[in-house]
Amino acid sequence: MTNTLSQVPAFGPFLAEIVLAVAALALVLVGALRGDSSKRLVDLVAMGALVVAMLLVIEQGPGSFKTFNGAFVSDEFARYMKVLTLLGSIAAILLSSSYFRDEKLAKFEYPILIVLSTLGMMVMISANELISLYLGLELQSLALYVIAAFHRDNVKSSEAGLKYFVLGALSSGMLLYGMSLVYGFTGSVSFQAIAASVQGGHGAGVTFGLVFILAGLAFKISAVPFHMWTPDVYEGAPTPVTAFFATAPKMAATAILVRLLVDAFPNVTQEWRQVVTFMAIASMLLGAFAAITQTNIKRLMAYSSIGNMGYALVGLASGTVQGVEGVAIFMAIYLAMTLGAFAVILSMKTDRGRVEAIEDLSGLARSNPLTAAMLMLILFSLIGIPPLAGFFGKFYVFAAAIKANLFTLAVIGILSSVVSAYYYLRLVKVMYLDEPRAAFLPVGGEVKLVMMLAGLFVMLFWVYPAPLKDAAQAAAKSLF
Amino acid sequence: MFGFGLLSGLVFLPLLGAALVLFQRGDEAGDRMVRWISLWTTLVVFVLSLIAWGRFDIANAGYQLLEKKQWFDATIIYQLGVDGISMPFVLLTTFLMPICIIASWNSISFRSREYFAAFLVLETMMLGVFVALDVVLFYLFFEGGLIPMFLIIGIWGGKRRIYASFKFFLYTLVGSVLMLLAIMAMYWDAGTTDMIKLATHPFAPKMQTWLWLAFFASFAVKMPMWPVHTWLPDAHVEAPTAGSVILAGVLLKMGGYGFLRFSLPMFPAASVQFADMVFWLSCIAIIYTSLVALMQEDIKKLIAYSSVAHMGYVTMGIFSLNSIGVQGAVFQMVSHGLVSGALFLCVGVVYDRMHTRDIAAYGGLVEKMPLYALAFLLFTMANVGLPGTSGFVGEFLTLTGAYKASTWLAFFATFGVILSAGYALWLFARVVYGKMEKPALAAIPDLDRREILMLAPLALLTIYYGVHPGPILDACAASVDLVIKQAQAGVAPVKAALLMLTAQ
Repeated sequence: MTNTLSQVPAFGPFLAEIVLAVAALALVLVGALRGDSSKRLVDLVAMGALVVAMLLVIEQGPGSFKTFNGAFVSDEFARYMKVLTLLGSIAAILLSSSYFRDEKLAKFEYPILIVLSTLGMMVMISANELISLYLGLELQSLALYVIAAFHRDNVKSSEAGLKYFVLGALSSGMLLYGMSLVYGFTGSVSFQAIAASVQGGHGAGVTFGLVFILAGLAFKISAVPFHMWTPDVYEGAPTPVTAFFATAPKMAATAILVRLLVDAFPNVTQEWRQVVTFMAIASMLLGAFAAITQTNIKRLMAYSSIGNMGYALVGLASGTVQGVEGVAIFMAIYLAMTLGAFAVILSMKTDRGRVEAIEDLSGLARSNPLTAAMLMLILFSLIGIPPLAGFFGKFYVFAAAIKANLFTLAVIGILSSVVSAYYYLRLVKVMYLDEPRAAFLPVGGEVKLVMMLAGLFVMLFWVYPAPLKDAAQAAAKSLF
Repeated sequence: MFGFGLLSGLVFLPLLGAALVLFQRGDEAGDRMVRWISLWTTLVVFVLSLIAWGRFDIANAGYQLLEKKQWFDATIIYQLGVDGISMPFVLLTTFLMPICIIASWNSISFRSREYFAAFLVLETMMLGVFVALDVVLFYLFFEGGLIPMFLIIGIWGGKRRIYASFKFFLYTLVGSVLMLLAIMAMYWDAGTTDMIKLATHPFAPKMQTWLWLAFFASFAVKMPMWPVHTWLPDAHVEAPTAGSVILAGVLLKMGGYGFLRFSLPMFPAASVQFADMVFWLSCIAIIYTSLVALMQEDIKKLIAYSSVAHMGYVTMGIFSLNSIGVQGAVFQMVSHGLVSGALFLCVGVVYDRMHTRDIAAYGGLVEKMPLYALAFLLFTMANVGLPGTSGFVGEFLTLTGAYKASTWLAFFATFGVILSAGYALWLFARVVYGKMEKPALAAIPDLDRREILMLAPLALLTIYYGVHPGPILDACAASVDLVIKQAQAGVAPVKAALLMLTAQ
């Protein structure tokens, strides 16, 4: 009897995920029984479940807990990234309600899919072996494919969903292929066992597998050269979905990328560093140069996010505890900036309907001064101008690269951030220096709330940065 | 309050003023209120800076009025303080700000809330640069000033304002980000960003070279030195009058201040190594930009080029590495802040009346504007470096310092004095003298009370410092000597090592 019981895994570290899973299933039931009229209720309960999950994650307290025979780990790093992911998910639901109402798309499935996808992300963040990694990754991806095409009568949205699905499936294939190679050559799927196996040198097979795994994960964070889907999907998907794509999945995929490389391949840093460095440089440069000619603001944000993932990879490339800390700080600030930017995009609604062209922002400083001010702060922050938060995100990743003697990477990165300044400035110019066009219609309180919170965070982060810095530091230390 | 001191109050009070300004209503009464709030804020800040000056002990070479607080962690801290080098710049900034507010009183006709708020934010950033004693904090203020300045040029500027604001922003940013990387490298090498500790941290000679170059990239653009000066004429020409005043008066000084604060004490070996390069760049700047100034058709552009030339004296003085030269550089920066600021105000006066800056559009102003002619003459003479004005003291001291460092250098640089007399007097003659032939000028009124109010203090100080330069020189003497001692102490071991090598 005791024997059987001891084989039941401990559920404590997994509690937040259980809450989300149960909530998703219950909500499907509610939705199925009551139809789309229950959208508001489902929205609220889904957000409630996400908040509860976040509290449970925070409440777990310091220390590292493993369960499911070591397949699932909840340490400081996992908790830190989970909180970010959950914040992104909550915002994605919050930002969606008025949009979907306007577009006559108020279907109850949306929040449920978000919750499911978030569940996948949380499993992914906590994955401590290749199988649980893949499990989480697929759960989140499948939900994402569906919500990309959520506007199913819209050609662009369907195209986005299909494109994302086909390319996503391809990347999953590569990921699996890589995993099987690694498993084959090291004899284990557990990160610690892989690390132990490659410690004293390893064959080309492991390197090969690692490269394929990196390719698969690079697709998820839309790092160059696996970024092709990003602009199209960002543009085609409904805007709240794009906001979600740009935040929560990026947090999760970055987290697992960091954990995988640091935990499973700590002694082959030199080899994966080449790959990560290449992806970082390529992403930063492409993000900077390709965005210059964009006219659609969602596409612009796509390139901006490609570039930003490049900066995150700069921190990772250093492969040190400072690097991971830099990535953690950077991702938190990136989350705030991105959510704020998308809140502004969601408020771009004139009497002609929703607009997405950069030119529609013309003269926003005079027609909607507050919105313009918030976006301006976020844009300067994305450039990395202090004292705004974005500066400190970049500061810590580049500082880590300098510490690891990756000078070329740092110089290329920082110069590409100057190039990117050009297109962010162009947006400021359009808003502040051009003649006003049609004013935007008033937006819902929840969009304003997200916008204001993000703007204030970006503006005032420097006043009291210690809590985030300390949390990121603790998160990074837990991996080493 | 919360253990923050005088300097924190000084730095952040304008930010409070900016917040107040933004909360005013957008109607006419609100616009008036905005101006008064801004004026009072800057005046109170000026008084605070005078109090700081009163508590300042000029015999003490180290940092005073220190404030220290935990910020990011134990290594990146919030630390403020002033020494003899930064104190004059703090006073210069707080002194120029009320004048800028007065200068903008009538000339800003739209979106005044944002304009005055931007100016107040800019004041916080500028003061922060001069009192920050942590490199990251310094960088925060140094770069933070870009945002308000970009908006000031871009929104309230002239015809090509967008081009000018982008150029200003991107040029400055390129230089600064390289400095940022250097700051990170220093952080890892020394384990701290505390500037007091960094000043005594011995960086390896090879590392010094790179760090020096990275800082140089930023300060040379900011200064600006030839050949990266091209953003300045554009920015100056397009900026509104008060923007030009602040740009010439304070923002350009950040480069020189940076050289004194970072390059000399922290990378002494590299400073000596590159001193010759700086000399010749300065020399080219002085002669070349003076020649370019001769050819300008636009009054503001001419003064902008003359600024570049005058900054050449500053870099030359700083890298002469002797106390006359460096003190002269500090003096020249303060003096140039007053004089070029005043000259831009003078341009603003006629621009407000005629809405053109073409030299050819003017002539014979002395007939209708005798007071204006007097003020313009005084500042032109100070710009030329006439003895009895503050411009003379700065040029004389920097040239003396340069003479000690290299005779040829001083020989060539002195040509700049002659050339500056050429372009400045010619400008004055074309604008003020001659016959008043243009019908448009017939009804031009002389200076009004507001304009006298903003030019008079500048005129007084220009003459006062011209005949009695003591206050500024004494204030910075002790700190300058300390910086030079640090620079020489850092060079000594390198020299010794070189001697060892050659002896072997």
